[in-house]
Amino acid sequence: MNIYVFLKQVPDTETKIKLLNDGSGIDESAVAKWIINRYDEHAIEEALQFKAKNPSAKVFAVCVGPKARIQEALVAAIAMGCDEGIRIDTEGQKLDSLMTAKSLAAALKKNGDPHIIFSGKVAFDGNFSLVSQYASAFLDIPCAIGISKAEYSDSTVEVEREVGGGTKEILTLSIPCVLGCDKGLNKPRYVGLPGLMKAKKKQLIEMTTKELGVEESDRGLEFSHFQLPPDPAPVKMIEGDPATQAKELVRLLREEAKVL
Amino acid sequence: MNKALVFLDHENGTIKKSSLEIFSSLKGCEIAALACGPSAAKAAQSLEGLNIKTLYVYEGSTAPSSELALQSLFEASKAFEANLILASNSVMARESFPSLAVKIGGALATDVTEVSVQTGEVTARRPFFSGKCSAQVNFKKPVKLFLLRPNQLPQPTPSGSETPPVQPLSLTPNERVKVKEVVSGSGKQADLTEASKIISGGRGLKAPENFKKLEELAEILGATVGASRAVVDEGWVPHSIQVGQTGKTVAPNLYIACGISGQIQHLAGMSSSKVIVAINSNPEAPIFKKATYGVVADFFQLFDPLKEELKKVL
Repeated sequence: MNIYVFLKQVPDTETKIKLLNDGSGIDESAVAKWIINRYDEHAIEEALQFKAKNPSAKVFAVCVGPKARIQEALVAAIAMGCDEGIRIDTEGQKLDSLMTAKSLAAALKKNGDPHIIFSGKVAFDGNFSLVSQYASAFLDIPCAIGISKAEYSDSTVEVEREVGGGTKEILTLSIPCVLGCDKGLNKPRYVGLPGLMKAKKKQLIEMTTKELGVEESDRGLEFSHFQLPPDPAPVKMIEGDPATQAKELVRLLREEAKVL
Repeated sequence: MNKALVFLDHENGTIKKSSLEIFSSLKGCEIAALACGPSAAKAAQSLEGLNIKTLYVYEGSTAPSSELALQSLFEASKAFEANLILASNSVMARESFPSLAVKIGGALATDVTEVSVQTGEVTARRPFFSGKCSAQVNFKKPVKLFLLRPNQLPQPTPSGSETPPVQPLSLTPNERVKVKEVVSGSGKQADLTEASKIISGGRGLKAPENFKKLEELAEILGATVGASRAVVDEGWVPHSIQVGQTGKTVAPNLYIACGISGQIQHLAGMSSSKVIVAINSNPEAPIFKKATYGVVADFFQLFDPLKEELKKVL
């Protein structure tokens, strides 16, 4: 029984974004720290908890990207308890979500059909929330995104997820399926340095997007004319004691900003 | 000519504002709409005067799954020969649109904040890193799919009083996903991503029970309550109300930050709000750099007078 976890390396949330001079993208060399997308850690944890109850399950962590950058994510996943790491090297090719999903789907077909695929509900770099859904389409299996609770049986899984405004849906999906994990689902385990050192020695399963058949003609979107947001107008500070401040704030919101 | 199909987010036939505003972006093209789920045909009434050729519907008897939305979208887009397919960023659209794109050879741009369809020409932009930067979207596939962020466009102005003809879709629902139950929230507050006013709290609120004070102000303002990552991580409030790069990206008309210092990942999630009020006891807090109005004050001392002043005018 093959369980997969899709991982993505993203710039740390404290990163100050710098653009390339020609506006063709962000300057990745200026990103000091890459980390595993936080939602993906919940996906790893869920896969490991599933394995604990289903001993025949084998958990594969899969990551697409530049070879050197994604190593860290796979090592961390193995240190947490994943059985194998599949590293899909982009070899300098820039992928969009469609191409990434195509390479993931092809890698799974090559490695062995999935039982369940766990992923993060969204990656907080581009905020696309696309790769997991695209991959489910390429593999022709259903998906549910943003799950905060899951109960598994042999052929189905029942999940709970928020759909906005505090409303929740309870869904039953047939297996195989893709589950995009939200923060409330579990608490990812902590791995210490010794665990990481040991995981580093594990041989990864190596693939490349090229050998998986991903071509430029698979691209769906291209992005150009990157811009930083305009500087906000200087702040207007409201002085005085709390009663004066409250009065002046409400007046400004009504008369100047016209939002009340 | 561009042929645009708009997937409607509705509740028993009442179309959400976030769906209606999409029509404001469509100029010089032929438009159709699609609604799924119980009472979907009633949506026609809210489409009066919007010059919509056809409203495709699939009603069914139970809450639709995103698989059903996908099947309906596929049938409607084929019938209308749409080359533009749009919806607001709802969970259902986020699940059905990617599969639709794969099925019909299109590409999807999610979380689009600017889109304009003029005769023959389509331009769009979307933010990256929750608004730390943005970029123009260029499509490499013939069919262009968009999910739009709510609150970015005005409501459309109807001209005339014609409602679109309703065209029921016939399809056999696939059973891979079943909606077992829908548990409604309190319904008192709009969803954060759609709210026009938000009041958020951070560590400066000192204890989870003090979020009740925010609730009080929110009720007077007609606002939705949000929170910073710090207090979500502390377990004071659920993750569903977290604003920021690792929570929800929001863009209301009014955002009031109470006791939030303004970490870069929080600022990324709310700085495209139109008017930002920062209330913080520390004059050096980074939040003041992004604020329209700044109040250096202890939230607890400001609370009573602010509540009184708001009550006077609202």
